[in-house]
Parts: sequence; structure tokens; C-alpha cells
Amino acid sequence: MTQLNPHLPPPFDTSSAEFTLIAQGAESLLYRTTFLHPNTSAALKVRPEKKWRHQTLDKRLTRQRILAEARVLVKLSGEGIASGGGGKKVKDPKLGVQGVGALRGRVPAVWGLDWEKGWLVMEWIEGRTVKQAIYDRDAGDEMGLRALLGEVGRVVALLHGAGVVHGDLTSSNLMLRPLKPETGQEGEEKGVAKPGRLSGEVVLIDFGLATQSVSDEDRAVDLYVLERAFGSTHPKEEALFAEVLAAYGETLGKSGKVVLRRLEDVRMRGRKKSMLG
Amino acid sequence: MPIAIGLEGSANKLGVGIILHPPTRDLTPPSPHDSAYSDDERSSQPSKGTPRSPPVQILANLRHTFNSPPGTGFLPKDTAAHHRRWVVRLVKQAMAQAHVQLEDIDCICFTRGPGMGGPLSSVAIAARTLSQLWDKPLVGVNHCVGHVEMGRAITGAENPVVLYVSGGNTQVIAYSAQRYRIFGEALDVAVGNCLDRFARVLNIPNDPAPGYNIEQLAKKGGIMLELPYAVKGMDVSFSGILARVEEMAAKMQQAETKNEPWLDVATQQPITPAELCFTLQETVFAMLVEITERAMAHVGANQVLIVGGVGCNERLQEMMGIMASERGGSVFATDERFCIDNGIMIAHAGLLAYKQGFSTALSDSGVTQRFRTDEVLINWRD
Repeated sequence: MTQLNPHLPPPFDTSSAEFTLIAQGAESLLYRTTFLHPNTSAALKVRPEKKWRHQTLDKRLTRQRILAEARVLVKLSGEGIASGGGGKKVKDPKLGVQGVGALRGRVPAVWGLDWEKGWLVMEWIEGRTVKQAIYDRDAGDEMGLRALLGEVGRVVALLHGAGVVHGDLTSSNLMLRPLKPETGQEGEEKGVAKPGRLSGEVVLIDFGLATQSVSDEDRAVDLYVLERAFGSTHPKEEALFAEVLAAYGETLGKSGKVVLRRLEDVRMRGRKKSMLG
Repeated sequence: MPIAIGLEGSANKLGVGIILHPPTRDLTPPSPHDSAYSDDERSSQPSKGTPRSPPVQILANLRHTFNSPPGTGFLPKDTAAHHRRWVVRLVKQAMAQAHVQLEDIDCICFTRGPGMGGPLSSVAIAARTLSQLWDKPLVGVNHCVGHVEMGRAITGAENPVVLYVSGGNTQVIAYSAQRYRIFGEALDVAVGNCLDRFARVLNIPNDPAPGYNIEQLAKKGGIMLELPYAVKGMDVSFSGILARVEEMAAKMQQAETKNEPWLDVATQQPITPAELCFTLQETVFAMLVEITERAMAHVGANQVLIVGGVGCNERLQEMMGIMASERGGSVFATDERFCIDNGIMIAHAGLLAYKQGFSTALSDSGVTQRFRTDEVLINWRD
């Protein structure tokens, strides 16, 4: 077969689908493409080989990171490879299958991966980033913005309640997906809202730094990262961030209050560590 | 012409340097009719509107290192005694070498921190004494800022992401709004400390430097064993890696005494100190390059500057070079004269601050073991 995309790992190098580079981070490249059917949009995340790193180490890290990301997503969406069909679920007797499926539809589903070749294919999330939506919003729509921020707080609370911390919460890692029209045909642009409108559902993306943790400290740091990122990206809307925290505390209940108290400590400490020696 | 003398002694190196800053070029923008400045030339200048600072002149750069015997580290008390013993001799020698008179000197710069308390204060006492004796103002300098500024001055890197790696510090730094901001750092021991302590476990000599000797040993190794890899966002942690590699060393030494060498599973080759050094270097340097790359992606920079004693390591420079070239950028590093702690960097950073009107009153000239890089106002950059 001819190599149509020599820069991509197999099997995508010989695929005739279209690949559009969406983002390039330090770790990975994100492409928009299609999966199985030309109307099914998919996100392809490629972790290219790092030539500066020893090959053995590089392979190990790529494998670990792709698997960690996929496991978190599969757990949260509660569908896909691991928990489907007759496969045995790993069950913690104390916790049950806590968190499985807690964010069904609110995180991209995993469709395939290959840790040897370094790729992960996920469901494509339609819509805009929350960052873009806030930039584009109608200036007078404070109600809409408050509602959106409350939605963000609720989704993060669900995530934490499921035993996962995201590790890199920013308004660019939150998508605002327009609500599907009644017919709900995928791949069609019907559901796209007017740019100024803030309606839709919030979907979490980019779990590259996510870890499974239920500690208050990790949760508080997760919120702190979001707060800092939000403050620097949306300085004018910074005061409304309280909406996120309020909704978070409401959704997570008692443990949410503990995390919010912890957040105050984290804020005081900031990133500052006193330097010794 | 501004001349400064700098005294450094935050760890086991005592450094005395004398620097001269040639007067800054005319800052008024060139006339558009001036043929000496074509538009092309101006637009190719990396920074907007700021003229490149003229090269600094190093009049003297002397260093004396306190080395403890193999298997031991340097203790603050002995190191402070070493600095006290050598500081007068080094200052005299530097003054003679620089051919400067007392009246030529504008200020006495010294390291205020961070570092080890004993060595810092013994050198600070020397600086205060000189200041009183010669009637010159004192300038207290942040050691980390000294490294960054000297690296920039030597390499000409305009606005790089800086990896500062030494025995006491591990930081990824980028400049923003008159501060050197710390984007990532070691959460526990510094990378150089991790290497130094491993050298002690293997009884590798501390002369010229434990890290240097590990680097030479690692060149003979090639087996990659599995160590923990601890990158958290843009921060790193080395203590667990050190503990694991120490265990490996114990296993190797035990196998040696029993005369049944520990063989690598994949290659059936015996594990030697060289293999352990190789594995340790490859692992910790990969972590450092990774957080540097992340910081570069974050701030959108493509230049990297490596400073600090560990920055002399050629393997680290090589790895960083590959990473930078993959990102379409370049890496800047200096040799051991400027990488390893020295007096000239203190003189340089001190003189930059002094020219902005900064000086340290005698009553405020106490040293501090904790002195963060981002506490210093960098008002000589814009």
C-alpha cells in the first residue's frame, strides 16, 4: 500500500481518510479524522517517538501514558473495550465499581489504541472549547455565562466523584457541545448554536495528565489549576469563577466542602515551595 | 566604565570574578536615512526595539573547590572553613590578574542565597569587609539569577527557557514581566544532589566533580535498567529514583562479593557501575528534557539555555539539542568556567542591578538559605 500519510503511525499511514492537525503539544499531536465510516468524526492522538530519550524508556513511557489515558476514559464513559460484554470487571470489594460510567457522554469514548505505535483514537467532540465560547459570547449574557460556569463546576464534581483528577483543567480542555437536535444525526452541523449563545453541554477532553485519585489535596489542586488558568485566560470574567466552585460544592456534597476548604490552603501556598539548599 | 567584583560561595566552590560592562550603545533609534541600518537588519533583530547589550568583558574569573574524600559529601562547616582560608588569596589574585585599581571598582557583589548557610555567611563576611575597607557599595545577588544572566551574556541567547540544574537547584525558568518565573522544579532533592549522592554510594572520587566522573563512567555503559520516572506536570522528583538505584548498587556489590555477577536479563551482560551510571543519567536527563520541552510548548519559546553544574554534562546537552531541533529551535550551553558556580556571574548579575540603582545596605546584607529566583525584580530587562 502506498504511504499516503508517512508522518502518521500505521495503520493511518496508508489510510485514505483525511487528517487535519488540530493541536501540537509537547507530548502529542491531535488530528481530526474519521473512523470506520466517512461520516464518523474521530480524534487521533499520536505520541511520536522522542528521539532524545533512550528507546527502551521511550517505549515504556508511551505505553504507560496511552494506557493510563485510555483506562481513565473507559472507566468514566463506562463503555468500550474493557467493561463490555463478557469481560470481567475489576471490582474493588469496598468501592464496588465506583465511578464506572459516571461521566457517560461527558468524556470522549475510546475507540482504539496501539501503545507500540503510540496512538489513541477517540470520539470527536463537536462544538467549541469553553474558552472560545466565552470569547465569542454576547457581552450582555451574564446569565448564560453563569449557567455555563455552573455546568463546568458540576462536570468537574462528577469527575472527582468518580475517583479521577484531570491534571490539566483549563477552559481549552472543556468543550461546549451543542445539544443534539431531535433527529440527532451525527456528523451533521444542524446542532451548531449561534456563536453568541452559551447553551450546550460541557464535555471534558485531554486526559493526558489524568490520574485516579480521591485525595482532597489532588482534587483541590485540580480546581486550583482551573482557577489559575481561568483567571489568566478570562481576566474580565474572573469574578464569576465562584459559580464554578459553588456548583462543585453543591454537586459533591460533604466531600465537596472539604475540597473547597483545602483549596483555600492550596491558594495560600500557591506553587511556592521554600527552597532548601 | 562600570566594573564589579563578585564573590560566590554558596556551596563547595569559592569563586571570585571581576567583570567590566562596556558602556551601552546609543539607545536612540537609528534614522531611517542612515544607510548603516537597513530595514532588513532591524527586522532580523530577535527582540523588538531593544539593542543587543554589548559583550561583557571578563577581567578575572578564579575558582577554588573544596573536595571531600570519595564516599563523603562536603559538610557546611568544613566548606565554610575552606572559603575563609582561600578568600583573601583569591581576591588578591583576581585583582592582580584583572589589572584594576581599587578606584576602578564600582561595587562588591556577593551571593545572598540560596545555598548552604555556613559557606554563604563566610563569603558574605569577606564581602562586607571589602566593602568597609574599600568604601564601596555592597550588592547582594540571587545565585540562580547569576547563573541565568551569565548564561545569557555568554551565549547571546535572547529570551530562552532556562534549565538550571546543579547540586542544589533544579528549575525550569522563563522570563515574564520583569521576573524569572519558575515553571517547574524538583519537589525534593536536586538532580545534582541525586548524582553526587549516587557517586558516594559507588565510592567514585569527588575530584574534579562527582557528576563529571559519573558522566565518564556512563559513557562505558549501554544497558537501560528500569528506574522510576517521576514527572508531575512541569515538576520532577528524584528521591525515589535515588533510593531505587542505591538498592541496585547494593545488589550489584553483593553479587560481586559472592562472585556471582548480577546479569542483565535481556543481554546476559553483567551489571557494572557503568551500567548503573548510564541508567541513572538516561532516566533523570529524560525527565529534565521533558519538563523543559513542556515549558517551551507552554510559553511558545524555541531557545533553551542550560546553566548550572549539571549543565556541563555533554549527554544532557546532546539530548536537549535533539529535543530543541525537533521543535525547530536551538540549545545554548556554556563550558565549565561559567556553568559551574563562579564569581563572575555574581559580579555580572550584581552589576546589572547596580546600574539600575540597586545596592544592599550593610544592615540588610544577611544571607538567606531560601531565596527564590522569582523574588528578584529583573528591572534591567523589559
